[in-house]
Amino acid sequence: MTHTTTLDTVARPSVQAPAPEQRSRARWLRRVPGWVVVTLLMIAVVYPLFWLLTGSFKTQNEFLNNPTWALPEDWTNLDNYIEAFTTGNLGTYIKNSVLATLPALFFTIVFGVAAGFALEVMVWKGRGTVLLLFLAGIMVPGQMILLPLFTIYFQTGLTGSLWPLIITYTAIGLPLTVFMMATFFRGVPREIFEAATLDGASIYRQFWSIGFPMVKNAIFTVALVQFFFIWNDLLIALTFTNRDDLRTIQVGLLNFTGQFGQVQYGPTFAAVCVNVFGTLVIYLFLNQRVMKGMTAGAVKG
Amino acid sequence: MNRVLGDWRAVTTLLGPALLVYTLVMLVPIFWSLGYTVFEGNPIIGFTYVGWDNIAALFTDPKVADALVFTIKYAVVLTIGQVLVGYLLSLLYVFWLKKASGLIRTLVFFPVVLPTVAVALLFQALFAIAPQIGPVNSLLNLVGIDSIDWFASGATAFWVIVIMDIWRSMGFYAVLLYAGLVDIPEELFESARIDGASGWRLVRHIVIPLSLPVLFSSIIFSINGTLKVFDSVLALTNGGPGNTTTPLTLYMYQTSFTYGEYGYGSSIALLLTILCLLVTLFIFRSSRRDLTKG
Repeated sequence: MTHTTTLDTVARPSVQAPAPEQRSRARWLRRVPGWVVVTLLMIAVVYPLFWLLTGSFKTQNEFLNNPTWALPEDWTNLDNYIEAFTTGNLGTYIKNSVLATLPALFFTIVFGVAAGFALEVMVWKGRGTVLLLFLAGIMVPGQMILLPLFTIYFQTGLTGSLWPLIITYTAIGLPLTVFMMATFFRGVPREIFEAATLDGASIYRQFWSIGFPMVKNAIFTVALVQFFFIWNDLLIALTFTNRDDLRTIQVGLLNFTGQFGQVQYGPTFAAVCVNVFGTLVIYLFLNQRVMKGMTAGAVKG
Repeated sequence: MNRVLGDWRAVTTLLGPALLVYTLVMLVPIFWSLGYTVFEGNPIIGFTYVGWDNIAALFTDPKVADALVFTIKYAVVLTIGQVLVGYLLSLLYVFWLKKASGLIRTLVFFPVVLPTVAVALLFQALFAIAPQIGPVNSLLNLVGIDSIDWFASGATAFWVIVIMDIWRSMGFYAVLLYAGLVDIPEELFESARIDGASGWRLVRHIVIPLSLPVLFSSIIFSINGTLKVFDSVLALTNGGPGNTTTPLTLYMYQTSFTYGEYGYGSSIALLLTILCLLVTLFIFRSSRRDLTKG
């Protein structure tokens, strides 16, 4: 773009330019449609979320009698939130989500990083095949493994705890983690590991003191991406939580309207708000990494 | 050198746990699930061997046909929708907002990380007609159109699902395609401009051909994801009204867990997997052909 501007300035004196104010006005008018598009885009993205927030402060009466875009009469009315956490068990759901997500995330990352190292840095026959085997897992729909897993967890007595979720999330997260980690290890110059070998470093030491620190940033990015995948999952959580007190936040939210009966809008809005704005807090600080990681995971296709 | 970097014991230690978990929890169940297709029943009431009956039933069950049609229709419409909207946004970022696009990129991306269930509940309320008329219907009323009961018919519910998923994913595709557009060397635009190309002609003859590879991988990614749609449909319409918005994934789920038919459920899952496999193979073949053409 910089080239264009320099060209413009060079070209300007030779061409008889129209009066400056007329020029700038024409340019300004030309930009109007673009700004309209951007404004509409902003409204389309932000307004639903803002409307959700206003809804979480409204009483049942306001829902029924005021127009839908009316602002809440009392912005400090936290009754809906209290209701969501007491009658709605939102606290239990959040706790379950944390208890299922964090261990699964830990195992996926530890196993995935080690496997990525073994598949990319180490030299052995058949590593290409194993990498392909992991890759195949990205394509397989979750429905294909659901029923056997249900049987396994049922037979081994794991049903009734959060272990089915942790185990399944770990396995489902592995293909993408292994693939992304292998890609990142590929970016580390091979000479480093060869030199370390000549210096007498054992393979574990190379993994821990060289490989690991060099991809530390990448690991964080992958972990962030996996966090959102696991946290937002519905299929696995819905299948393997058979009791109300095991439900994750997504499953709990799905049954929320049922618990209050259809007409209780307020607490549902409050619960959705907690879910949405909890994510917003993470996104506020780490958005650039989230965007980079998520799109990096897609380019694999 | 290879004594250290090719040490089998180390390979086993580092790769072992991942491969073990992956094999036990993903590979074994895939084949196990294949085995289920010749049985009827579930682990609680036991299984009886029925041979090819389940597979044969797939071809005669009108619900499978409906679900298959819905899945494909949804995948095609949504892939076109989200890649197109994402592409338009990325063009907006690169050619209109330029350096100032950072904030808007970040903002439009935000719905991507939102839980689907939360978004679905939000859209239920946005498109609601009772107990309160939601914003969408209010807007329609404002311009003189009567409120529409969006979830009363499969046709309108389908569009709500599509609109919601485009809202959710457009920021993702915009950033993905934006990265591809930014990679195009500036000199190419420069020389095209000097040759007199501008506006639409610049887009058609320079931008689109050069962003084909990244457009292509967006489409692959999109089809792969949309064929497996589950969360958005379950949370927004639960397949209803009737089974008019039921994709294969949801039909499989209902068959297996509502009706306890594991054998038939596995058969539907197999159909879905084959569909994904065929589409992936088809895409890879056609992409390879394009590459050899030049």
